[in-house]
Amino acid sequence: MVSKRNRGSFIEKNLHIIFPLPAVVFIIVMMLFPVLYTFFMSFTNWNLTSGMPLSFVFLSSYKRVLQEPRFIKALGRTFSFTALAVSIETVFGMVIALILNREFKAKGFTKLIMLLPLVSTPVAIGIAWNLFYDPTIGLMNFMLTQLGLPKLAWTGSASTVIPSLALVDIWQWTPMISLIMLSGLASLSNEPYESARVDGATEWQIFWHITLPMVMPTLLTAIILRTIDALKTFDIIYAMTGGGPGYASETLNIMAFKYSFEYFRMGQASVVLIILFLLVLAMSLLIVRMRKSLEL
Amino acid sequence: MKRKLMLVLVALLALFAVSAQQKEIRVLLANHPYGDLLKSAIPEYEKATGVKVNVESLQESQLTTKLTTEFATRSSTVDVFMTRPLQEGKMFYKNGWYEPITGYDFSDYPKNAMDVASFGNKAYIVPLVTEWEVLYYRIDLLKKAGITVPTNFAELEAAAKKLHSGDIVGFASRGKGAAAVTQLSSYVYNYGGAYLDKGKAVFDSKEALEAIRFYGRMLANYGPAGVTNMSWENIMPLFQAGKIAMWTDASVFYGQIVDPSKSQVPAENVGIANFPAGPKGNTPFIVVSWGMSIAKQSKNKELAKDFIKWATSKDLAKRGMLANITMARGSVWKDAEVRAKIHPSLIATQEYAAKYGIPYDRPYMSAVGEARDLIGEVVIESINTAGTSPKLEALAKEKAAAVNALLEDTGEYGVY
Repeated sequence: MVSKRNRGSFIEKNLHIIFPLPAVVFIIVMMLFPVLYTFFMSFTNWNLTSGMPLSFVFLSSYKRVLQEPRFIKALGRTFSFTALAVSIETVFGMVIALILNREFKAKGFTKLIMLLPLVSTPVAIGIAWNLFYDPTIGLMNFMLTQLGLPKLAWTGSASTVIPSLALVDIWQWTPMISLIMLSGLASLSNEPYESARVDGATEWQIFWHITLPMVMPTLLTAIILRTIDALKTFDIIYAMTGGGPGYASETLNIMAFKYSFEYFRMGQASVVLIILFLLVLAMSLLIVRMRKSLEL
Repeated sequence: MKRKLMLVLVALLALFAVSAQQKEIRVLLANHPYGDLLKSAIPEYEKATGVKVNVESLQESQLTTKLTTEFATRSSTVDVFMTRPLQEGKMFYKNGWYEPITGYDFSDYPKNAMDVASFGNKAYIVPLVTEWEVLYYRIDLLKKAGITVPTNFAELEAAAKKLHSGDIVGFASRGKGAAAVTQLSSYVYNYGGAYLDKGKAVFDSKEALEAIRFYGRMLANYGPAGVTNMSWENIMPLFQAGKIAMWTDASVFYGQIVDPSKSQVPAENVGIANFPAGPKGNTPFIVVSWGMSIAKQSKNKELAKDFIKWATSKDLAKRGMLANITMARGSVWKDAEVRAKIHPSLIATQEYAAKYGIPYDRPYMSAVGEARDLIGEVVIESINTAGTSPKLEALAKEKAAAVNALLEDTGEYGVY
């Protein structure tokens, strides 16, 4: 039997293990296990509609998914949606941050208002925007006709559905970039600006040669966070179009959902998820590396 | 210190013993008017039997997702659940997730309802709610245009043409691929086609293609803008806003479109009529949209059986009918109190569909979700081209082959 004192010293000796233990256990159970299990399933042909037990098929599920034209299109869409949404969010977010980065009366209130889209429930956002987008009774077409512009089908047409969904994402997530940038701008020192003004630099030159390089690390952080999130976007697309019309707004995540819970092809759904996982991982590593080289 | 610990332990044990004595079952319901009705009636059941019923309500696709996950991972504690026989019945049965229902009197249910509730000679599902396809129309708009209610497709097209204007949509029906498949089925039947025949995909037949072309032409020419992304949940607000003159969909929405708290159209302006006839007669779908089952792995099967008898009882079915829910039990439709309350036109359409209707509104197979998406592609192509697509036939052939491959994968090809 271990005496009290020994027990005490055991804890003391191993504090560096014991304190992080809860976090480690949490990560293993809630994050590592699901990823590994998905990885395992991607090598099986588990399919609930057949009623057969799962069997190991090694890479044949990968082969089948990668050859599927629908998968290639979904992959392309995942990227085009992300690129469209994140690039516009970055530009708008930056511009808004620059505008707000001065002292004015309602600054706190403005920041609060900007937070609202961020804290709204995605499905509720989807339902509200679906009503805005309705081509017959929706607000968007009403505004277009008031401005004398032709009506659009918005999410009702394969050609406009991705930009329409990206617009919702932009509405929701531009404020996040602005808020991150605001904190980045607030931490800049005043001296370079003063000397630039003494030297007679224009506002544009000041922004391009001083502000932008100085906030670049913050900006890249914001872009990384948004890119990873946008690649994984599920809720808004699921709530608004379910991937339609046809498959016109089907991204990898939507495809994986349909494969698992509408087609019940669990093995192939896992393949799609593993590929999405690797993509997100690669993107984050790439951007982290870019950021490091920039700091050097 | 030790004594305190002992006391706490004893107290916990006592609590555990008490809760173990209390009989409990876990019931999963859908967010459906009947699910809501049951939920509000369950306290009566608990009071009468002393059994505690733990209820969870989920939206229909989430319900399937939850059940599938729980059953597939063998971690389920579900005892009784609501289920959609045509959507998930075959798959659930194949995976052995349904418990056969014995000692239940099924004589009150129509034969074609029992066909989809049984596998082999055993019943696995108690039919709950039924629905059939109807034509909703605006009495005032038709009257103003001097049109009588269309009774066949030719009249439907002529009426839609006359009613369609910049402000009013002449005709609406679901256009969102997979969701459209169920409402398209009656069109296919009335043209003399089918989705499956003798366990093989036949929606590439001449008759089915004619129906799909007609459906596409109607929606492209007289339908709402953006219809290829519209299911009933997008069409209903338009109808309630008074923007739609005619709409073919399931009978289940009647209550909601005449509800003054939801609709801007006064109830007296909303008409409901039989689905229009096609070149090959009139056999709209009439299906069991919801049923109730006992989970195979339930540890409380006797309690579950008792609960299901109560939850599908004639008494509750009558209460459902009085709340405008169209129940699958035959006898409640003959009840005098019910007939006094329900709209006579709704009763008339039910009687017609029950007599002549077809009990399937989708390809009846395990991989139905994927098959619906495949048929949906053909529907969308037809709508996008107003039914004129020269490649529609080739596309339908390709998709029928894909559905046949699914049937083969699941061992259902040629089996019927």
